[in-house]
Amino acid sequence: MLELSNITAGYERGRPVVQDVSLAVARGEAVGLLGPSGCGKSTLARVAALLHRPDAGTVVLDGTTVHDYRHRAPRALRTTVGVVFQSPRLSADPRLRLRDLIAEPLKATGRRIEIRERVDELAHAVGLGGDLLTRGAHEVSDGQLQRACLARALVLRPRLLICDEMTAMLDASTTAALVAAVEAYRRETKASLLAVGHDQVLLDRWCDRTVSWAAPSAA
Amino acid sequence: MTARARSDRANPGAASPALSMRNLSVRFRMRDGGHVAAVADTTFDLAAGECLALVGESGCGKSVLASALLGLLPANADVEGAALLDDGTDLLTADERSLARAIRGRRIGLVPQSPAAHLTPVRTVHSQLAETVRELAAVPRKGLRLATRAAAERAAFPADHLDRYPHELSGGLAQRAATALALVGDAPLLLADEPTTGLDRALVERTADELRRTVDEGRALLMITHDLAAAARIADRVAVMYAGRIVEIADATRFFGEPGPRHPYARGLLDALPERSFRPIPGMPPELGKLPAGCAFAPRCERADALCGTRPRFDGRTACHHAPAEDPSRA
Repeated sequence: MLELSNITAGYERGRPVVQDVSLAVARGEAVGLLGPSGCGKSTLARVAALLHRPDAGTVVLDGTTVHDYRHRAPRALRTTVGVVFQSPRLSADPRLRLRDLIAEPLKATGRRIEIRERVDELAHAVGLGGDLLTRGAHEVSDGQLQRACLARALVLRPRLLICDEMTAMLDASTTAALVAAVEAYRRETKASLLAVGHDQVLLDRWCDRTVSWAAPSAA
Repeated sequence: MTARARSDRANPGAASPALSMRNLSVRFRMRDGGHVAAVADTTFDLAAGECLALVGESGCGKSVLASALLGLLPANADVEGAALLDDGTDLLTADERSLARAIRGRRIGLVPQSPAAHLTPVRTVHSQLAETVRELAAVPRKGLRLATRAAAERAAFPADHLDRYPHELSGGLAQRAATALALVGDAPLLLADEPTTGLDRALVERTADELRRTVDEGRALLMITHDLAAAARIADRVAVMYAGRIVEIADATRFFGEPGPRHPYARGLLDALPERSFRPIPGMPPELGKLPAGCAFAPRCERADALCGTRPRFDGRTACHHAPAEDPSRA
């Protein structure tokens, strides 16, 4: 499903954050990527999500070699991947109501007709009930907003889901609820998962296998 | 001010606790005329050399409690009760002038939630730490550089990173810089608001151990957290908050080990951990503006019955109609 081969990536010339890293996620497989903060695991996740162009190496997503990243990535490839980030506050447009937040990818890809059915279905799947969907981001808690962000990531039915520290800011019960929602989706769709995190107990419990990264060698 | 002493909670060893919280309630007046009860009727004592972890889901009122202690609530907050320091100072009635000059930093040190945002982005760690040392410790001008280094060292902040700006620090080092700032004034009471959020496991443990060390030096630490692993590592006692109320206070060893929590919510929270059953508590916490009449946890509780239509009284240990009966091995 996802093959990262010899990826080198970073933000400044000559100072790679990720160097010559390979990682593969098979179809339907859940892989945990474990490492301390600053080891470059989030950068690798961004490369896998086509959000960051690597300096070297190849990304093969669902059998297609990736040539373009970010807004240049072809839509068909981009929508193969769903991403959930660590901080829901930073990844949600504060002007949107939760319903519109979840529906945003459908609007962006010209699939408005599916909005009503799909949003209600997902809201139920992630446990957002009552009048929560009509509220703005500032009117809900971090946990509720992250539930909406997960629903948004699932709305286009991605075949690969990337969760970058999805639960790092959440309490134990919300963590368990979100992981259960991800797993329910994966059971239904056979989607693959790349879960990035620093909580070994969580990733071991969640994923089929966990890849450990050491701290970066360069200071 | 109703300062009811709860004899079963008082620490017999200490003369007067470092912090004595008595019936604290915080209500926010809303624009539509309604009220949101963010914290209700909260009573506990915290002794010197003790760490109390206040745990609960996000939005349960933990951080409002911290803001109340520091006098940092917005203007639409109504506060009742008392929060007494060991010399009798009531934090809730102290005016801004004495809070600023005599209390914040000197009597209470704050270890903030997101250190990267707490630090001033355009100044180096050294410059911020030196300013704090100059303000809070009577250090002659010549000794400032040495005193600043010493302050950094107390929080294990590496001296060769002092000239860096906050954005050049990793999450762990930013946390230590913030902790160093909190320790400068040698305050007897430390307030840590989610000090381990966003840190990786190794750093969580190191931060917790460093905070524990300051407790073992005789400070009192109120740690507000949703990280149960960090709480288990550091706390002497655990207070569980749900929908603005403390529903259980327990000895940490008994809470995390045997016999475990007594309140169904606390049990559910522990059971949700990936090292336990990894099962979420069904539903979500109630809106603080629309609390049910009886027990706020009843709609999510498998043991709820007709009795739960009335709010259970907090008996010093638990607020639940169905908590297990007294056990003989009570501490």
